[in-house]
Amino acid sequence: MAETRLMTINMGPQHPATHGVLRVVLELDGEVIVRSTPHLGHLHRGMEKLAESKTYHQAIPLTDRLDYTNAMGNNFAYVLAVEKLLGIQVPKRAQYIRVMMAELQRIAAHLIWLGTHALDIGAMTPLLYTFREREDILRIFEEVAGGRLTPTYLRIGGVSKDFPEGIREKIKAFVQAFPGHIKEYETLLTKNIIWLKRTKGVGIISKEDAISFGVTGPTLRGFGVKYDVRKAFPYSSYEEFDFEIPIGSVGDVYDRYIVRLREMEWSNSIVEQALERLPKGPIIAIDPRITLPPKDDVLTDIASLIRQFKIVSEGFQPPKGEVYASVEASKGELGFYLVSDGSNHPFRFRIRTPSFANLSALSKMIEGGLIADVISVIGSIDIVLGEVDR
Amino acid sequence: MAEVNLTIKKLREKFLNSILEVTTFRGEVTVTVTKGEVFEICKFLHSDSDLQYRLLTDLCGLDFFPQTPRFGVVYLLYSMKSNQRLRVKTRVGETESIPSVESIWKVANWYEREAYDLFGITFDNHPDLRRIMLWDGYEGHPLRKDFPVEGPDFDKPFVPEV
Repeated sequence: MAETRLMTINMGPQHPATHGVLRVVLELDGEVIVRSTPHLGHLHRGMEKLAESKTYHQAIPLTDRLDYTNAMGNNFAYVLAVEKLLGIQVPKRAQYIRVMMAELQRIAAHLIWLGTHALDIGAMTPLLYTFREREDILRIFEEVAGGRLTPTYLRIGGVSKDFPEGIREKIKAFVQAFPGHIKEYETLLTKNIIWLKRTKGVGIISKEDAISFGVTGPTLRGFGVKYDVRKAFPYSSYEEFDFEIPIGSVGDVYDRYIVRLREMEWSNSIVEQALERLPKGPIIAIDPRITLPPKDDVLTDIASLIRQFKIVSEGFQPPKGEVYASVEASKGELGFYLVSDGSNHPFRFRIRTPSFANLSALSKMIEGGLIADVISVIGSIDIVLGEVDR
Repeated sequence: MAEVNLTIKKLREKFLNSILEVTTFRGEVTVTVTKGEVFEICKFLHSDSDLQYRLLTDLCGLDFFPQTPRFGVVYLLYSMKSNQRLRVKTRVGETESIPSVESIWKVANWYEREAYDLFGITFDNHPDLRRIMLWDGYEGHPLRKDFPVEGPDFDKPFVPEV
């Protein structure tokens, strides 16, 4: 009888299917995973430390680089936390613009996920389709904010600039065409026998375990748990929009796929509703201590020039206290916990990222399964290492 | 708010001497508790049938250098039953350790490793207390207030020797 022993293999950090620089050490008995150990930190940039030495305005561009597929959503969570700390109100128009941008960004993030996840499993065509629609969204971002991947569009108190001429027609054209595109993706995957065999019944853990592992977002909703920050703690007028939370049943990779597809449809519907009802008015709160004065005033009025200089160089001093504000980002609950000691920079800048908690459940999901399923489970959790490592 | 009041009431009934302070800021309730009872309080909040704080949204460290006790540990809990958040805070000294809540919420495993890595807070009964972000053999804890932003020695290469 031949001796049998476990084999250890190293997956990553440079592996196309780990979506970044994740390293997982797998101990295998044949093709079955006995034990897995994820190693993080390859992309650790010390963002929490860095932000402690910056003013509150200066930290906004840092947040773009957390989950770089969901930059608008990251800005959103951060500015909400600062606004909560300051206790300021955001104008209705700015709230609606934020919601539209966040939902378009969610669609774009889910499109990247769908394309790369399908590519990992072996279906190449969806990637070419999804990046086509993602490009439309990035073009909209470019016109609205001036940037594509890291637009840094949101500001404390509102947004940086109003919609340009003609953008409403472009967004309208996108939301009208998009449901048809979702049908295209579904034709390729939803009833595809290879897709079903690779995703059905893979990566299942119990609902209680998922909650214990702190899993949030579409991954948690795949287990049939109806937790969505947009409904649980509505922010930025989300309570005024009509949308549902899609949920799955068993929580396998296939359920997460279905949940994300339905979520894109609802996001599309939210953008459409916001576009129809977009209120008129200012796009940023007028608070001389916090928001920059209009550029025309800065060029013509000495008081505004001094104000601009003081805000840019010194920032502002929020009251002492601690707040936590979170949004439903594309991966799950993204929250910022800010502790202020009354100075112009945060005393503690804690980022609660969804991918970090979701990834902690990875070992539980893949142990006892086959090595080929690791790829589809990692893809289905939808991690971005930029926000796992921070 | 009613549900949070219920939580506070229940905590006061059961752990009267361990609740140091209850504060509300911008509608968020923070309960400061003593370090010794933090595990029992967490266990109670998690398993009590009326409260059911089943989701540990976040766990992180704080450094109050040069105050003593030096560190703080913050638990942010969420109850799906009552749709309510609760923040539990405690203080821990530089040479002390704090009980791990890994046996209550599994996600605490990684959160506590992170606090250990970046602050140097030690957790008792943690199954696998290793660095998570930085490499083994790294000296220092970057999120401490006495750790410079640009690193301890700017001229030294910031990579491990191979």
